[in-house]
Amino acid sequence: MTMIKRRALVGLTAGLLAMTGMVGIAYAQTSLTLFSPNDQAAVAYTEAMVAAFEAANPDIKVEIEVGPGGTERDNMVKSRLATGTMNDVFVYNTGSLFQAINPVQSTVDLSSEAYMSTILDSFKQTVTATDGTLHGVPYGQAMGGGVLYNKRIYEELGLSVPKTWDEFMANNAKIKEAGKAPVIQTFGDTWTSQLFFLADYYNIQAVEPDFAAKYTTNEAKYAGNVAAMGGFQKQADVYNAGYLNEDYGAAVLDDGLRMLAQGDGAHYPMLTFAVGTIAQNYPDLLNDVGYFGLPGNDAAKNGTTVWMPTALYISANSPNVEAAKKLVAFVASKEGGCDPWVELNAITGPFLIQGCELPASVPTAVSDLGAYFTAEGQTAPALEFLSPVKGPNLENITVEVGSGIRTPEDAAALYDEDVKKQAQQLGLPGW
Amino acid sequence: MSVATATEATIGRGPVSAAKRETAYPGWFLLPAAVIYSVLFLLPTISSLYFSLTRWTLFDATFIGFDNFAQFFREPFLIKGLVNTVIYAVVTSGMKVVLGMALALLLTSRIIARGYLRSVVFFPVLVSTIGVGITFTVLMHPTNGMINEGLALLGVKGPGWLTNPNLALFSVALVDVWKGVGLATVIYIAGLVAIPRDYYEAARIDGATPWQNFWFVTLPLSRPATATVITLSFIGGLRTFDLIWAMTKGGPGFSSDTIASVIYKQYQAGFFGLSTAGNVVLFILIAILVVPLTMLLNRKRGHE
Repeated sequence: MTMIKRRALVGLTAGLLAMTGMVGIAYAQTSLTLFSPNDQAAVAYTEAMVAAFEAANPDIKVEIEVGPGGTERDNMVKSRLATGTMNDVFVYNTGSLFQAINPVQSTVDLSSEAYMSTILDSFKQTVTATDGTLHGVPYGQAMGGGVLYNKRIYEELGLSVPKTWDEFMANNAKIKEAGKAPVIQTFGDTWTSQLFFLADYYNIQAVEPDFAAKYTTNEAKYAGNVAAMGGFQKQADVYNAGYLNEDYGAAVLDDGLRMLAQGDGAHYPMLTFAVGTIAQNYPDLLNDVGYFGLPGNDAAKNGTTVWMPTALYISANSPNVEAAKKLVAFVASKEGGCDPWVELNAITGPFLIQGCELPASVPTAVSDLGAYFTAEGQTAPALEFLSPVKGPNLENITVEVGSGIRTPEDAAALYDEDVKKQAQQLGLPGW
Repeated sequence: MSVATATEATIGRGPVSAAKRETAYPGWFLLPAAVIYSVLFLLPTISSLYFSLTRWTLFDATFIGFDNFAQFFREPFLIKGLVNTVIYAVVTSGMKVVLGMALALLLTSRIIARGYLRSVVFFPVLVSTIGVGITFTVLMHPTNGMINEGLALLGVKGPGWLTNPNLALFSVALVDVWKGVGLATVIYIAGLVAIPRDYYEAARIDGATPWQNFWFVTLPLSRPATATVITLSFIGGLRTFDLIWAMTKGGPGFSSDTIASVIYKQYQAGFFGLSTAGNVVLFILIAILVVPLTMLLNRKRGHE
């Protein structure tokens, strides 16, 4: 059949469908819309994944809508879900933000799908709703949250990877003497200011293993708790010592990654997903960038905080749930959920689907992260995956601490107030 | 539900009194406008009063009485936001009066290309606020910005215009003045042109210096224009949001937050009930400030 004839037939069928309301004719195409994230690597993955999916399912067409990130995305997702205008499938955060979209009512329950048995439990717990049902599949790989560092600078100055905060500060002093910025901060993208605080959670739980549970029930606080306040204190330490890059107040994520890759700065507290951007922008310098967990006080309890990826969900309002489920199943498989990332060489951490192997050669930072996963007990999920309580003003508070406007003690008290509103909004017991 | 009954009561009262006054139109003639007005304006206003009393997730709302208002007034940055809002409104309207007057004097005098210069002053008013905000954010970058690079050529180390917490609010206010002074100038030009020539002739015969000319003739007689400029820019300053959000998002930290940005942050965090309560407070606050102001202005107009 020639292309033109085929098109005419599709058109005719569509016309018939419209007139009679008949469904299920062979040529009818189901059209899905996908609300995708906007960072470079995720967009590239989404396009590759959709192309592979459409090739395998010629009767389904997927339209990609690239949405904003950060708090703008929170607004859009909540408003769309509440007004019933959400795309058929959408990508959104796991953990505390997932709980805030009322998943039981707003998304489709995927607990009974066969592929759920192949997804790792560490991920599943972050998409489990309050009634125990599962609602999403991983849209990416696990990430580490710690310090990305420039290995060239470390080699030139003969430094070794610090296991304690004191060693870290000693390294910083030498780097500053050598005329480079020891610590890169980029408050132009306010969210990047939170890394010292969030990545320190491994060190908190090493001292207080039940912090997350107590925190959720309003029994543990930051103010007055030296271990919990460690993240704020570390941020204040590097500011007070004058270790930041000159333009820390205005620089953005991309500036920070440029400084790190080109060796203008030595340490950048960041999530390992940023390695994907370095791979795209500075492929030659990719292996100059390494990774270590944010050091604590005890070298014997060294490890790193890890982040779960975002997830793909089906909107409860979708008229095409069957087709949407096919797409989600594809993303939950090796072909759809892992292979495209490997082909794009956008590897930021371990996969969360069984049967997916990391390729032999991965960026240095990712293999550094992998070492923590291989060793027993050297990783802990970030607090936002263990507790639904996360204050909305954290990034403003950490900007203040990181710019010397507010003391760590003051910041801890303020943040305790900030999370209270969130806990009450979620209706948690004990608040 | 209380919302529904309240709406009916208000709608019920409206058309009756209107019909008594204007018998020229039958009731059905007013119906479409009344429906649009109630659905798009009355209903949201009244339902916002209701939702401000609830903990609202967009999916469901729990009635919690006045807790939101109590929480909003406890908001640590509300006071700072209020103070910043007033500072911003006073600084911008003050500078617009002084600069607007100065530019208007220049542009009503006999200079070359007067028409062209007048339109150049007005151009920034026409540009999108967000666009202006983004442009100036780039220009005011502490190390790569054109402003600080220019200062560096003169051997001056420029400050972090938007990153210094003591300076950020004033930097945004400066941009607001740059963008809004054109409107003030145009109002002043109209005011200055309307001053009869006789006064200046009389002053010249009395041997007045140019300074006395300005101080005793121009300034008192352009008072209506001054009142207009102050009112417009003061109200504009009070409800300012777009420029601040585009340039600093209330930052660094909370140092350039205004009431509007504090409220928006509550909405952004998903505290919909709380942010609705904030808007009710803002509504009352503006009403308290603007109602007496309008009455005052109307009275003045009666005198002239």
